[in-house]
Amino acid sequence: MPGKPKEKAAPEFVPARHPMEKYLRTERLPHIWCAGCGLGTALSCFLFALDELGWDLDSVAVVSGIGCAGRVAGYVRLDSYHTTHGRALPFATGLKLAKPDLHVVVFSGDGDLFAIGGNHFIHAARRNIDMTVICVNNFNYGMTGGQLGPTTPLEARCTTAPYGNFEPPFNLVYLAASAGATYVARWTTLHARRLQHAMVEALSRKGFTFVEVISPCPTNYGRRNRLGEGLDEMRYYAEHAVIRHGADPKEADIVPGKDFLIGKFVDMEKLTYLEMYRAKVAQLKGKR
Amino acid sequence: MPPKPVTLSGVHFMNGDEAVAEGAIAAGCTFFAAYPITPQSEIAERMARRLPQIGGMFIQMEDELAAMAAVVGAAWGGVKAMTATSGPGFSLMMENLGLAIMTETPCVLANVQRGAPSTGLPTLVGQGDMMQARWGSHGHYEIIALAPASPQEAFDLTVKAFALSERFRVPVLVMTDEVVGHMYERVEIPEEVPIAPRRKPQVPPEEFLPYKPDEDLVPPMACAGEGYRIHVTGLTHDERGYPAMDAEAHDRLVRRLVEKILRYREEYTFWEEVGLEDAEVAIVSYGISARVAHGAMELARKKGLKVGLLRLITCWPFPDEIVRKVAEKVAGLVVVEINLGQIAREVERVACGRAPVVGVYHAGGRIHTPEEVLSGIEEVLKDAG
Repeated sequence: MPGKPKEKAAPEFVPARHPMEKYLRTERLPHIWCAGCGLGTALSCFLFALDELGWDLDSVAVVSGIGCAGRVAGYVRLDSYHTTHGRALPFATGLKLAKPDLHVVVFSGDGDLFAIGGNHFIHAARRNIDMTVICVNNFNYGMTGGQLGPTTPLEARCTTAPYGNFEPPFNLVYLAASAGATYVARWTTLHARRLQHAMVEALSRKGFTFVEVISPCPTNYGRRNRLGEGLDEMRYYAEHAVIRHGADPKEADIVPGKDFLIGKFVDMEKLTYLEMYRAKVAQLKGKR
Repeated sequence: MPPKPVTLSGVHFMNGDEAVAEGAIAAGCTFFAAYPITPQSEIAERMARRLPQIGGMFIQMEDELAAMAAVVGAAWGGVKAMTATSGPGFSLMMENLGLAIMTETPCVLANVQRGAPSTGLPTLVGQGDMMQARWGSHGHYEIIALAPASPQEAFDLTVKAFALSERFRVPVLVMTDEVVGHMYERVEIPEEVPIAPRRKPQVPPEEFLPYKPDEDLVPPMACAGEGYRIHVTGLTHDERGYPAMDAEAHDRLVRRLVEKILRYREEYTFWEEVGLEDAEVAIVSYGISARVAHGAMELARKKGLKVGLLRLITCWPFPDEIVRKVAEKVAGLVVVEINLGQIAREVERVACGRAPVVGVYHAGGRIHTPEEVLSGIEEVLKDAG
């Protein structure tokens, strides 16, 4: 439209209090996440899930790696550890084994957990260390400016894939299931209540449990791939995310423009690392 | 077979690697994470046998990055934690060693040095990681490194390493080597080894600032699940433990991390002097090389040369004062080490022209012969005129 836009007085902005404020280090707010990012939603779902579980909060520890999702540890009013890039899982492994009564939650991103930390992920899953991993997957490295990551779809543009990505991405659901996770679910930040429910399930199951959260990154991945604002990505999820519980994890590939599967893929029980270790120690004592 | 006692005491015949493991157990270590590597494997194997016997936890991680990360995590879980490795693994541990330094995590890392760079000589001795021990992680920091010269000392210094790591909330390195690691000797284990306490908060959680140091610059440590709900980050942080992204906060923090170590040198600087009273030449050495140097000193004395030995037990922070005093009263210094001159640089820096420094170096694969060291002594005597 031609002409000068009408001057409007900015409305006084009074932020509403977060209903789960008691779990947040409010003195650290505002957070560093961009408008339209899904991390706030993922964190909220986690806090609602904790509230629903009603655990003694002194028994919960959150461990993060590095990146946008890695900052979650800094905002929760819990024992929280913001560690090195990719090493949240081995750090959390040490923490859990040293203090088995602790509920250990690893909250991190796709690059942290599956590129630099990929080896740690498969081994923590294989050992069935009793912990919950929440991976916010936004298909790129947001914090460092939008570089190619291990979940970046083929042909997507990133600052380090300026002509379009030609590396096949990981299907995280399939990877987690294959490596031995006892619970595997995927939701998007649009599916907040279902995501919260999945987190409650993952947290309350024993063993290595995994929740993938598909999240918009409008500042980097979204802008570079012309996906619009965060809201537009929500619309995309509404149109393309297909809920199918119990689907074959192999079929959970994410291809831009095509429908993709969300839901609960794996939910089973098996002995954890600590249970097996204790059984071995008991056996050892029996022999004496 | 009768069950092995839970904790050992008395006289044993064991190698330096086993002595490191037993030292750790005696010091109260209940968590050990590592990745197999020659010539460290005997430490990990001993821990894998022993820790389940004493209610501890052994885990073989997927690599050394993970091993060091798990050790830092376990320390925050409230236990005494340790790892052990050799050169290539030591390099991988540098990342999370930095995390331990920045987050002030007490833990112990033993490096059984072998020939390097790279895969080098996996089964043969080296002392080429001494500078990596000092500067291997990123940024500026101070760390404590102890170098045992015998299995007995491997035991004793591992015990000390745990005590110092708790005292200063810093990772402590036991810089041993393949020969000490694989050498079998008499190791005497005392009936009781005092367990170093962890400094705990003295105020309720709502008043606790996790990175507010006590007067000696070391803050008390609230571990996970103790009700303090603290935030711990590898980012530069303020006294609350919250990220503080500015130059002033960074300078303040890094200076404190350095100063908390340097201010208390007398608490951890250990050394041994032999025959220095009348010495015209002092040999400066450490670890296995110091034992060869001792033999060379005796050879030289038989030839009528006045030679003494300064054996460094604490290598980092470098014992400037100790070396300076020796440099002031001798005509020459001979540094013996299995690398091409690492600790020698420090000796030269401290001697600062007071006495000529001659290095007797070997890149690795074997220890020196006393004769090689003797020729270094003769060379420095010539230099000194």
